[in-house]
Amino acid sequence: MNEHQLDLAKEIEKEKRDELSRMKKQSQSVPSYKTKKQKMISEEVILEVDNLHVQFSTFGGSVHAVRGVSFNLRKGETLAIVGESGCGKSVTSNAIMGLIPQPPGRISEGRVMFKNQELTKMTKKQMRKVQGVDISMIFQDPMTALNPTLTIGEQLTEGVRTHTNASKSEAKEKALDMLRLVGIPNPQERLKQYPHQFSGGMRQRIVIAMALICEPELLIADEPTTALDVTIQAQILELFEEIQQKTGVSIVLITHDLGVVAKIADRIAVMYAGKIIELGTKREIFYTPQHPYTQGLLKSVPRLDLLEEELQPIEGTPPDLFSPPTGCPFTARCPFAMEVCEHIHPATTVKSLTHQVDCWLQDERAQAFRNELKV
Amino acid sequence: MLAYTIKRFFMMIVTILIISTLTFILMHSIPGSPFNEERTTNETIQANLEKFYKLDEPLPVQYLYYLKSIVTFDFGPSIKKPNETVNELLARGFPISFELGMTTILVAVISGILLGTFAALRHNGFIDYFAMTFAVVGISVPNFVLATLLIQKLAVDYNIFPPATWSSPMHMVLPVLALATGPMAIIARLTRSSMLEVLTQDYIRMAKAKGLSPFRIVARHALRNALMPVVTIMGTMLAGILTGTFVIEKIFAIPGMGKYFVESINNRDYPVIMGTTVFYSTFLVFMLFVVDIVYGLLDPRIKLHKKAGDA
Ligand SMILES: Nc1ncnc2c1ncn2[C@@H]1O[C@H](COP(=O)(O)OP(=O)(O)OP(=O)(O)O)[C@@H](O)[C@H]1O
Ligand code: SF4
Ligand SMILES: [Mg+2]
Repeated sequence: MNEHQLDLAKEIEKEKRDELSRMKKQSQSVPSYKTKKQKMISEEVILEVDNLHVQFSTFGGSVHAVRGVSFNLRKGETLAIVGESGCGKSVTSNAIMGLIPQPPGRISEGRVMFKNQELTKMTKKQMRKVQGVDISMIFQDPMTALNPTLTIGEQLTEGVRTHTNASKSEAKEKALDMLRLVGIPNPQERLKQYPHQFSGGMRQRIVIAMALICEPELLIADEPTTALDVTIQAQILELFEEIQQKTGVSIVLITHDLGVVAKIADRIAVMYAGKIIELGTKREIFYTPQHPYTQGLLKSVPRLDLLEEELQPIEGTPPDLFSPPTGCPFTARCPFAMEVCEHIHPATTVKSLTHQVDCWLQDERAQAFRNELKV
Repeated sequence: MLAYTIKRFFMMIVTILIISTLTFILMHSIPGSPFNEERTTNETIQANLEKFYKLDEPLPVQYLYYLKSIVTFDFGPSIKKPNETVNELLARGFPISFELGMTTILVAVISGILLGTFAALRHNGFIDYFAMTFAVVGISVPNFVLATLLIQKLAVDYNIFPPATWSSPMHMVLPVLALATGPMAIIARLTRSSMLEVLTQDYIRMAKAKGLSPFRIVARHALRNALMPVVTIMGTMLAGILTGTFVIEKIFAIPGMGKYFVESINNRDYPVIMGTTVFYSTFLVFMLFVVDIVYGLLDPRIKLHKKAGDA
């Protein structure tokens, strides 16, 4: 065994130990998750993202922000996309929504299918019939997402008025219903007020009401709670769950906060440097994370049930997307990196019907090597 | 809103009072008097004239008479043209100056906003480069230079527009063009930069995500926000256009108020100086007040803030 292999062996052993200890700890915390009632998710796939690539041409060269993202989403399901800042979460959601600014942006490969319609082939005009009607979007900062010079009534009703031939009073009724749905007291009076007359949490509720007013089937929420304080965050997340129960809307929830995910996601996609590196049900990602990056993310999340454990932020920064690495993008930060990782991108390993991961550790040669170490 | 308006009204009065006092001090500190030209009049006649115009009184007393004439808005007859009162001069000159000034403002504001908006929507495109080149030239060339160029080319060489005076819409074209180009260029640049900023705001992305048409997004969501900075500079711009009218009226021989204003100072025609200054400053202060109201109408946050301040 040469030096490199020795290092690797040690590291794999360490990882095994870590994993074991984590499994032990997690098994203690399982019951609290199990009590949560299972919701039914239909088989109907409403969104299919297939090998999506998005590039931006800038003065410094081309930024390859999204590099082959694929996932699907079923009716009534909540998929969370997690990852560090700059990994391409917002670009992915904007691409689905048809909001990539062109130029400088460009969907260079792949497609987005929404219920048998190919969104990536649509003209801007066709896309406008989908935006706000079939698919809605919620942005991160409710303080800036509302127009300061229009009353919230005007902002709520304009979507309805544009997309349906509802009369002014019908649109207003609809707006009132929506405000009630998202829990705004005195909706009649509130309709005439301007955004600056609302608190941050209230504004996010209004933004959600705006997104839902045309009864979309898909809601894309780009960090909807990041700008809010913790208690308000919890309320907004509850609101999402409640709305999903009532309307059956599917949700793509973008966040860098695994705490948010734990609360409402059904499935989780972990993104890194423009790729989905692991995808699985919430259970799979939280209890049997396979990718070292996912494992690192989980260690860096504060958990109430594991008070004594220290938080471990992941060292280092993601690679530069001007010249994305040919191998595994996590190589430079990965505690288990092998020689092959740097040069060849790992293939996707399917762990279960719902669980997949891109990592060389899944390769049977690495597995065999690990087993060897065990004896 | 009412409390705010009343407060602003009193501030206007104080402003006008200060301007009038400064004018009075300046007027009497420039050497010379209305009567000391070459053809010196008979001593007694001059004494009588001075008595008539109350110039023999000590300055503080004159100041009080002056204040009285402001309050009653009656400045008496001109010294140079005794058969005409200042009020008659104003009544004759003001409508013309007003027409020139207002047309200029309308042209400058409308075309400046349109130019700036299109430049922003076609950011880094042909229209953008064209508009911004035009704007730089427009800002750099003084209106009197532009006026002479316009007269030379469009009136003398090509004979398209009349070169001077003020009697038909055709006569208005050159002076308005000369006077409006500078402000228009400033407004275009300001609208463009503020529009570019507004277009990157989240609420514009939100409007796009709602599937609204591009026209609606610009007209309803972007423009109103982008115009705030433009309204803010309207005050200074109005003052600029106002002083510009003096020069332009002179160049194009337009019989507006500017002529009387400039002549009155040269002639030390005290009643006319007082009348025109008070009139101009009242007008300007009033326009600033209007600008303020417009600003409050554009931005709902202002109204609330002021209301809270007044309470
Ligand atoms: N308009 C653009 N022009 C050039 N590059 C862009 C543009 N928009 C995004 N990018 C690049 O795409 C990459 C991904 O950005 P994105 O906004 O999707 O990150 P994110 O995962 O949403 O991060 P955050 O958590 O900070 O929101 C970044 O490296 C960014 O520099
Ligand atoms: S492929 Fe290699 S570098 Fe990438 S995560 Fe797996 S072990 Fe680490
Ligand atoms: Mg983002």
